[in-house]
Amino acid sequence: MSGATPIPPRAERWRNRAAAAAVIAYALITLLPILWIVQTGFKTPPDSIAYPPKLLAEPSLEGYVNLFTTRSRQTPEYIAALPPADGWVDRLVRSRNMVVAGPSKFGQRFVNSLVIGFGSTVLAVFLGTLAAYGFSRFKVPLKDDLLFFILSTRMMPPIAVAIPIFLMYRSLGLTDTHLGMILLYTAVNISLAVWLLKGFIDEIPREYEEAALIDGYSRLAAFRKVVLPQAATGIAATAIFCLIFAWNEYAFAVLLTSGEAQTLPPFIPFIIGEGGQDWPAVAAGTTLFLVPIVVFTVILRKHLLRGITFGAVRR
Amino acid sequence: MAEIRIENVRKEFAGFVAVQGSTLTIDDGTFFVMLGPSGCGKTTTLRMIAGLELPTSGRILLGGEDVTMRRAAARDIAFVFQMYALYPHMDVRGNIAFPLRCQSVPRAEIRRRVEETARLLRIDGLLDRPVSGLSGGDRQRVALGRAIVRQPKAFLMDEPLGALDSEFRHLMCGELRDLHDRLGATTVYVTHDQLEAMSMADRIAVMNHGVIEQHGPPQEIYDRPATMYVADFLGSPPMNFLSFHGAVRRGDRRVVIDEAAIPVPELHEERAEGPLALGVRPEHVRFDDAAALRGAVLGAEYMGTTQIVTVTTAAGALKARIPASRRVRTGETVGLSFRAASLALFDAASGRALRSDLYDRVAHG
Repeated sequence: MSGATPIPPRAERWRNRAAAAAVIAYALITLLPILWIVQTGFKTPPDSIAYPPKLLAEPSLEGYVNLFTTRSRQTPEYIAALPPADGWVDRLVRSRNMVVAGPSKFGQRFVNSLVIGFGSTVLAVFLGTLAAYGFSRFKVPLKDDLLFFILSTRMMPPIAVAIPIFLMYRSLGLTDTHLGMILLYTAVNISLAVWLLKGFIDEIPREYEEAALIDGYSRLAAFRKVVLPQAATGIAATAIFCLIFAWNEYAFAVLLTSGEAQTLPPFIPFIIGEGGQDWPAVAAGTTLFLVPIVVFTVILRKHLLRGITFGAVRR
Repeated sequence: MAEIRIENVRKEFAGFVAVQGSTLTIDDGTFFVMLGPSGCGKTTTLRMIAGLELPTSGRILLGGEDVTMRRAAARDIAFVFQMYALYPHMDVRGNIAFPLRCQSVPRAEIRRRVEETARLLRIDGLLDRPVSGLSGGDRQRVALGRAIVRQPKAFLMDEPLGALDSEFRHLMCGELRDLHDRLGATTVYVTHDQLEAMSMADRIAVMNHGVIEQHGPPQEIYDRPATMYVADFLGSPPMNFLSFHGAVRRGDRRVVIDEAAIPVPELHEERAEGPLALGVRPEHVRFDDAAALRGAVLGAEYMGTTQIVTVTTAAGALKARIPASRRVRTGETVGLSFRAASLALFDAASGRALRSDLYDRVAHG
């Protein structure tokens, strides 16, 4: 790893350039829809449905304003009779012959998604780490059968049990609650967490814990001070996978939430219904929806790069 | 500092007996080496002393206290692992301080003791370095530092030099022995390398198939092996065995191999007609034209001041360590005589040594 990289021969240099070009092209193709969404969020509604599509439109925050507010349509005379507009949001809304009626539910739904997504991720990773450590280190009766059982919960599409879960949640009063959604996503994610983390913990030599045990630490302290720091890579990778699942989950969210605990995936499509086809507002909501996952992944990317190879290059 | 005693300790792993009923006392302050091939049970025995494995039956005493079922953390011993097991997420200082940090030792005291330990091991310049960049030898020193900083009752070391190259291993052998002499703590050291064992140990136990075949000071084990296994395991090249068929009686002072009478130490037990083996160390063989036992030279390895000559006789092949100045030709027929006082006689069926004057000196000190 040390020293300057040697200058590759000509053929290899061209091969590298071709590879880089292919990667850039691929990245552009996959990113194009996302770029389009982000750009649409900054268009005015007429620009967003213009044909042929406008590649460069005058940027506007109307989509974001519409996303965060509810508005009511008024006659121009009514608007003219109002006291002067208070700030740019009011001016923008009035220019469309509307007034701000109040905040939309987007903020609250966003918080729901954060609470449920991160809550279930923390819980799944916490339980998964403990279970994986147990399976990795101790003689567990029927270990292989238990591990297979845990994996088998993943073999059927979760939506296949939608009806039983719906009935169960209704009688338990968990429908449309944060707790219910957190428990559900944790249950789905935990098999992934156990299996992924067991692989990572298996790779940590036992000698580290044994050394800590001999140095006078309890099993729990050894786990906390020696195993956890070394499993950080695996825990980060697992957390990202769990979060992405819980964040994006749509089917159960539609089925089990409607108000109080509704998450963003079922909410975003409803934005379009409020006052015509408001594509910029939908695009703005989608853009904001992407932000937490991007931030979380960027924060953990150092671990993810190593973790995503499932420990293959740790040594 | 403490004496370690294991009594009838036995360990089974799912139908496989790793250690069968060993009893052993390791005196306070001894450098004790457990020597044997891989899979002989030496590491398992060590791990039972440490508390990392629980014995299936038997007792383990540390300084007279029964610790058989006590957790490793409560035994106050230190363990040095073969692969060092340095915590990769801490620097050198963190690793050495780790055992102290769970004993609620004051911060300043930890700092002082870590630095003192580092000076003793000459790694005080490395204290703030991450362990991942250290050389094998320095890692080994950090592992030792982590062991000695706590001043435990005993040090247990599981092939601590196994991962080092041979030149450096030799150097570390000397350092380990020095360290032991300075600290005076009981050390149990596991290795498969007889040279390490011989050069460092106060006492050696040779293990095979979960059984302690013999234990005693290195010289005694080398000169008076209790079994053919021990005789074969120690020495480079190991002891030669000339196999023959015969009967011996109490008081015999010679055996007959291939019609040649060979003087041996006076025997103290008898054996009916059966397979026997005469054990001869290579350095106790002399080329002697007058000797009755003859053999043909197969080849010679030049070692500097000596050479190892392989000779075939009617009783089997034999290696002789003789001065390099003696010129030998392949195919040459030579007479062989042995240093009578050092010969051992084994029952080839059981592998046990027959009692004789040679072993008497063991019993009488």
